[in-house]
Amino acid sequence: MGVRRSRMGVSYPSQHPCQPTTMLAYLLRRIAYALPIMLGVALVCFLLVHIAPGDPLVSVLPADASVELQAQLRELYGFNRSLPEQFVMWVWRAMHGDLGMSIASNRPVATEVMVAVSNTLRLAVVATALGFLLGCLFGFVAGYFRHSWLDRLASMLSVLGVSVPHYWLGMVLVIIFSSQLMWLPATGAGPGGSDEWAWNWAHLQHLVLPAITMSVIPMGIVARTVRALVSDILDQEFIVGLRAKGLTHLDIFRHMVKNAAPTALAVMGLQLGYLLGGSILIETVFSWPGTGFLLNSAIFQRDLPLLQGTILVLALFFVLLNLLVDVLQTLLDPRIARA
Amino acid sequence: MRPTRQLTSPLPRRACLGLALASALCAIGSPAALAQEKTLRIAMTAADIPRTLGQPDQGFEGNRFTGIPIYDSLTQWDLSKADAPSVLIPALATSWAVDAKDKTKWTFKLRPGVKFHDGAPLNADAVVWNVNKVLDKEAPQFDASQVGVTASRMPTLKSARKLDDLTVELTTSEPDAFLPINLTNLFMASPSQWQKKFDAATGATPADKAKAAWTAFAADPSGSGPFRVTRFVARERLELAAHKGYWDTKRVPKIDKVVLMPMPEANARTAALLGGQVDWIEAPAPDAMPQITQRGFKIYSNAQPHVWPWQLSFAEGSPWLDKRVRQAANLCVDRDGMKQLLGGMMAEPKGTVPPGHPWFGKPTFDIHYDVKSAQALMTQAGYSAAKPLKVKVQISASGSGQMQPLPMNEFAQQSLKQCFFDVQFDVIEWNTLFTNWRKGAKDPSANGANAVNISFAAMDPFFAMVRFVSTKAFPPVSNNWGYYGNAEVDKLVADARTSFDDKTRDAALARLHQYIVDDAPFVWIAHDVGPRAMSPKVKNVVQPRSWFIDIATMTMD
Repeated sequence: MGVRRSRMGVSYPSQHPCQPTTMLAYLLRRIAYALPIMLGVALVCFLLVHIAPGDPLVSVLPADASVELQAQLRELYGFNRSLPEQFVMWVWRAMHGDLGMSIASNRPVATEVMVAVSNTLRLAVVATALGFLLGCLFGFVAGYFRHSWLDRLASMLSVLGVSVPHYWLGMVLVIIFSSQLMWLPATGAGPGGSDEWAWNWAHLQHLVLPAITMSVIPMGIVARTVRALVSDILDQEFIVGLRAKGLTHLDIFRHMVKNAAPTALAVMGLQLGYLLGGSILIETVFSWPGTGFLLNSAIFQRDLPLLQGTILVLALFFVLLNLLVDVLQTLLDPRIARA
Repeated sequence: MRPTRQLTSPLPRRACLGLALASALCAIGSPAALAQEKTLRIAMTAADIPRTLGQPDQGFEGNRFTGIPIYDSLTQWDLSKADAPSVLIPALATSWAVDAKDKTKWTFKLRPGVKFHDGAPLNADAVVWNVNKVLDKEAPQFDASQVGVTASRMPTLKSARKLDDLTVELTTSEPDAFLPINLTNLFMASPSQWQKKFDAATGATPADKAKAAWTAFAADPSGSGPFRVTRFVARERLELAAHKGYWDTKRVPKIDKVVLMPMPEANARTAALLGGQVDWIEAPAPDAMPQITQRGFKIYSNAQPHVWPWQLSFAEGSPWLDKRVRQAANLCVDRDGMKQLLGGMMAEPKGTVPPGHPWFGKPTFDIHYDVKSAQALMTQAGYSAAKPLKVKVQISASGSGQMQPLPMNEFAQQSLKQCFFDVQFDVIEWNTLFTNWRKGAKDPSANGANAVNISFAAMDPFFAMVRFVSTKAFPPVSNNWGYYGNAEVDKLVADARTSFDDKTRDAALARLHQYIVDDAPFVWIAHDVGPRAMSPKVKNVVQPRSWFIDIATMTMD
């Protein structure tokens, strides 16, 4: 891609980054970067779960199992092989879409993970949307009315959001709205399980408390980010220019949103990435059958294939999400040239 | 107080009217079905639904909820009494006997007319098939994932042979009188249902197909128990329906439907009960007990064969080698105070099994709280407040069946301080502690500890006693972590193992238990009482002195 030089000596890409060929090259390059990251993640996650003390067969092998039985099962599950051999076999199978079988449940890990991911996605998207909307609202209000009581109130709420332990908040909400008032269910992903999910009130009421609990951290982070952005933008000369041109508050606000959007979007994307990993604490408090709940179960049962598979898939999601956010940012803000 | 209030649903008025009309029409169509359907919703402590393919995982909670309700075994525990020890009674086998000449061969007579949920007959072929699923590697239905939880609970069972349609011969590797007790853990799955799944399965090899068939069977199983599986949602819920054709007329379920939900977090379970989402929770949060009872729910508990001890080391240099020290520790724990700490949710032990149990015997050492006697024993052993005895106990901060390990251990630590014990703890992660249990006190993993705190089930003689006191059970063979044992104990174990008459066997086990209590290789601190909270709608609840409970005999308002 050629480069043109401005009179000020600043370099710009000669092609707009949104042009199809440029974008395709950029995507391919980012995917190529992602591959070694994925392999590194796979290696780290494999090593971490294997160097942790404890027996990987603890869920299927009681403490009083005979030595012969232990040896027999190690062989049947392939744990008698060397670690490099186990790693290569696992990666090879994973590349073919086979993440193995859960030791504890004997169900395919890929199926287990995908079901959990879809449940977490449902929760995370709602929580992120809620957190983003409230965060933007508080951030814009605080930034626009700097040093006023509105700023202090909005800032206090955003600080609370990032400071309050969310599992504690979840328990408090459950005590108030489930145990005492009996307005909302305390646990589960629907009256008949997540496989019968429908976007109706019978199911949505199961989503309300975990989504609110999950949204407070992104809300706080987005609010603080947006407040800083708005404060910064308001100090810039073009705002004075816009005012001098006689633009209304709404028009100025629109310009401000456009300038703040790429950074806010990047922050939101990262938050969605974190939430997609599922919150072990929130999903356990609400018995929400997502990836956090799955990880919790895999850790306590020392179910290595399930643990490895879940971490790998989540890491893959995180990398893909980062890629998506980068692309969206590029589309939204032509100044960000990913040459 | 509204424990059974339904969650509100703010539907539009027209929708409500429509719903009401539809309900009314349905009610006209089948009034009895709608009016009488009784659903019992249970929140388990497990993080996942225990395996449903016949041999459950998740310890005895698995047997309690996906073993006994769905399947039958050759022998079973009597769960009909709350005021007497749970004893072994016939189930699929109506009688059994050991061969008079060859004590490794047993004949089991099967109950006629029993059918699996899929309609197939439960006969000798089915029993042999189920033994082979875990013991015969060449059998098409062999499943490695079921071997661990099955073979370890019947360590001497070697093979099965059909004698006729209703008679099976089981062979053990050595004479073993405990076999009928062990067989409560072998649940009978339907071979014909499995074969259907096998025929429909895909796989490169027969072993792959068998694996896939077991996975499919777990989602759509067939046993012969009082409940049959109607719906399975992995990690979320298991729905069971009453099997009205159950062979035991006393246990034909009165409740139409049971829904089992995994909820590993105690506060979540409690909230689900208080919020009306479930009717029964296992192990409610201890600090929520008053609130639960105030809201009209019932707490059920009973002494369980679930021992919460310190298992002591007899390795060279251990401070517990002196019997006076061991007995002093047993006399110095303020169990009544600990019981108050736990809101009453523990029983004070007098040994591994409670008095009145057929295996209790007549120990001369009475385990109770007596600080003066304990101090006297410690003084005799050469210790005092100025010269305390240092002991180190390996414990976990949590874990399956571990009750409340941190506060309980800290309470015991303070209690023992008054008898000149200086107790230190090595707190490690539960699975690591559990794995270390097999490595023994001499292994570096013990980290210098001379006692270990791991609770255990005492349902059968091997689990309750033999594995902790037999010299054949030294690490890494089994759980004699502390290398306790001598020729006298080994002889008592052998006597019990070769006493094939029930009364003689129980008498031999009583002698073994008596010896163990008198010699005190444990500090017996607590017995769990298996607390569970239920809605007052659930009636006819019998909480036996067992890890298990019979759902089939319960009713609901």
